[in-house]
Amino acid sequence: MSKVQLTIDGKEIQAEEAMTLLEAAQSAGISIPTLCHHEKLIPYGGCRLCMVEIEVRGWSRLVVSCVYTVEKDLIVTTRSEKLDRIRKNLLELLFAHAPVSPQLEEMAREYGADKNRFEQDASFCIHCGLCVRYCAEVVGKHAVGFIDRGIRKEISFVPEIAAQECNDCKECFPLCPTSYLQAAFVLTEALVFPRGSSGSAPQK
Amino acid sequence: MALLHSPEELERFRRDLCDKKDPDMPRISVCAGAGCLAYGAAELIESFKAEVEKQGLAAKVDTKGTGCPGFCERGPVVVIYPEEICYLGVGPKDVPEIIEQTIKGKKVVERLVYTDPNTGEKASRESEIPFYKLQTRTILSNNIKIDSKSIDDYLSIGGYSALAKALSWMTAEEVVDEVKKSNIRGRGGGGFPAGRKWEGSRDAPEKIKYVIVNADEGDPGAFMDRALLEGNPHSVLEGLIIGGYAIGAREGYVYVRQEYPLAVKNIKLAIKQAEEYGFLGENILGSGFDFTVKVHQGAGAFVCGESTALMTALEGRAGEPRPKYVRSNVKGLWNRPTVLNNVETWANVPFIINNGADWFTQFGTEGSKGTKIFSLVGKITNTGLVEVPMGITLREIIYEIGGGIPGGKKFKAVQTGGPSGGCIPEELLDLQVDFDALTEAGSMMGSGGMIVMDEDTCMVDVARYFIRFLTDESCGKCVPCREGLRQMDKILTNITEGRGKEGDIETLEELSELAIDASLCALGKSAPNPFLSTLRYFRDEYEAHIKDKRCPALSCKPLISHYIDPSKCVACMICLRKCPSQGITGGKNLIHVIDQDKCNNCGTCLEVCPPKFGAVRKFSGEPVPAALPEDQRKIVRKSKSK
Repeated sequence: MSKVQLTIDGKEIQAEEAMTLLEAAQSAGISIPTLCHHEKLIPYGGCRLCMVEIEVRGWSRLVVSCVYTVEKDLIVTTRSEKLDRIRKNLLELLFAHAPVSPQLEEMAREYGADKNRFEQDASFCIHCGLCVRYCAEVVGKHAVGFIDRGIRKEISFVPEIAAQECNDCKECFPLCPTSYLQAAFVLTEALVFPRGSSGSAPQK
Repeated sequence: MALLHSPEELERFRRDLCDKKDPDMPRISVCAGAGCLAYGAAELIESFKAEVEKQGLAAKVDTKGTGCPGFCERGPVVVIYPEEICYLGVGPKDVPEIIEQTIKGKKVVERLVYTDPNTGEKASRESEIPFYKLQTRTILSNNIKIDSKSIDDYLSIGGYSALAKALSWMTAEEVVDEVKKSNIRGRGGGGFPAGRKWEGSRDAPEKIKYVIVNADEGDPGAFMDRALLEGNPHSVLEGLIIGGYAIGAREGYVYVRQEYPLAVKNIKLAIKQAEEYGFLGENILGSGFDFTVKVHQGAGAFVCGESTALMTALEGRAGEPRPKYVRSNVKGLWNRPTVLNNVETWANVPFIINNGADWFTQFGTEGSKGTKIFSLVGKITNTGLVEVPMGITLREIIYEIGGGIPGGKKFKAVQTGGPSGGCIPEELLDLQVDFDALTEAGSMMGSGGMIVMDEDTCMVDVARYFIRFLTDESCGKCVPCREGLRQMDKILTNITEGRGKEGDIETLEELSELAIDASLCALGKSAPNPFLSTLRYFRDEYEAHIKDKRCPALSCKPLISHYIDPSKCVACMICLRKCPSQGITGGKNLIHVIDQDKCNNCGTCLEVCPPKFGAVRKFSGEPVPAALPEDQRKIVRKSKSK
């Protein structure tokens, strides 16, 4: 595969032709923050934290680095006043849902985000879709999915599938950046497949 | 019906259709568009048919339900040909008189023709009515002439002749070139030059390509695509087939929202008829070109009007936009080159092919050619669909075509471009409407919605309304749109409810910047427009709400109070009886007083107080005067004091 030369944060980089900007940066040891990205999954472009500035023939614009593929002679900037402001605002919006996520807190320190800027409405889920997509794309079971739309969107396990598959898998648990998923799963498990240890099993 | 195998057969068939018709035969065209149907047009059509039958005129009069001619304010609209007499607000009870007077007696029924509300002047012909006079109707012009369910009607006015011309006498490249030369820009919102979009698809190497009609019109108050698809579905279909031929697609889709049942029905019927006549299928008109069309009904998501979300939905997945940096004309539906255009854009194509790009470019401005349909709604005298050349001023649309603001109220702003458009104030009324001018003014063309607002409209509340709409319609995939709009909605709601605080405007500005810079699709990127444009032109209203807890338009309920002026109240008991909160005290000869603790500002008292008294008024930002002591509230009537 042929190589493409581009510049990221002033560093000349040789990248594989099909690489995204995020992959190219990572291969050169340059870190770009992400929440919804996973190397085994199709790029989602939902969290927008990985936005970078690119310059082509004097034109500058913002793109998400997990989707945009490398181009010859591209000039990429991964930190700037504008990008930092975008990341700070995004994190502040996410804290309204997930006030106790260690991953978010670490990023907040980097970008100066105020955890309490927006009124809290803790649902713990930040809709990164990692669990949903991992279960669909990697495990191939579709045991967990999104229901409803927009601000009412939630993740939900499909009891019929979850009852068969989840107990032996649980691979999505550690992916969750806010650890809500585990709670959700335990809850679903408790409701849908009661174990009967305390005599709560349904009477047949 | 046998297949038509060549352009010559089509032309012969068309001539036969016309020969069968007597041009002098009276024709009664009743609008059967959604608006007039709601007014009872279906019963009206039946009444006409029954009356014609009763009078023994069935063979001599042609009665039909047609597409929407646009003057929805005065529906049901009836036009009688060949004299082109236009009757407005017609009901079944008017039918015998119309048949007697106009059809038999060739006389005009004066009471049913248009009367200018200001001058009292009457106009009996469509072309004389001010609402129509200033319009330039091309794509909408045929709606009233044809039965939207009849392909023969469409053929008799020259339908499918553009398709015949393209297939027989033009190469696909020539068709693309003609559309490029016309400079037509997409009528769905983005305003991207259609010809360039087509060319990109045509040049893409993949063999399989698609063309799509975007009929997911979801802007509140907009119904131009609906009127076209319901009223003249074949014109859209003809455009689509030509587009398929031009870019080398053999399959087309019509993505239509299921909330338009009549449009769904009519386009499906049109496709079936076109298949029977050989305008769809294999070897169309003997040209060797094969093309099929399928209808896909949307499931109610506004965001599916966005091109990538529409294509994702068409592929059978949840309608969410996809992140992409390759245009969909190169990688679209199932990753194949796809030309997606709006209903109105497609409806323009047959005209461009038949009349040439030069004909098309005679209308419009340098950067925006052709005509554009707007749906004119809100606080406007003549609600309806108007088709005007690009470059007409807002003032002409609102005051001359629209007839101005009703009720003697003052114009405040016009909201253009749908929910993510913006509000344009009075000082910009002379703005020449085109894609670029509207964008420069902080609004946009969008798909052509135009909502007129008068002095009673609160601009902060307007921003809140549209941001709420977009928050509800956000697909929820990306953070700046889902979470940013949610916070903007909360802040704007707080401001309109009197809980605004210092710094709110700055937070809203910051969230707007974030949505514009970082959102995944056009919905999020344009969503802050309602806030930004109202802030730009009506900042004082925001400040009054936040600092003085005052709504200058006296519209935001938590910030206003109702009050009865004791010097004007005649103790007539009307408001006292109608108040739903039983919040008005008083009596037969006792001046009425509103108990501010019970009042929920519903405004009923203001509505029912007879204008000759005009005793009820609204306050905002200042305390309501104290009520008079009861002994001073007695009214001593002259007649009774004698």
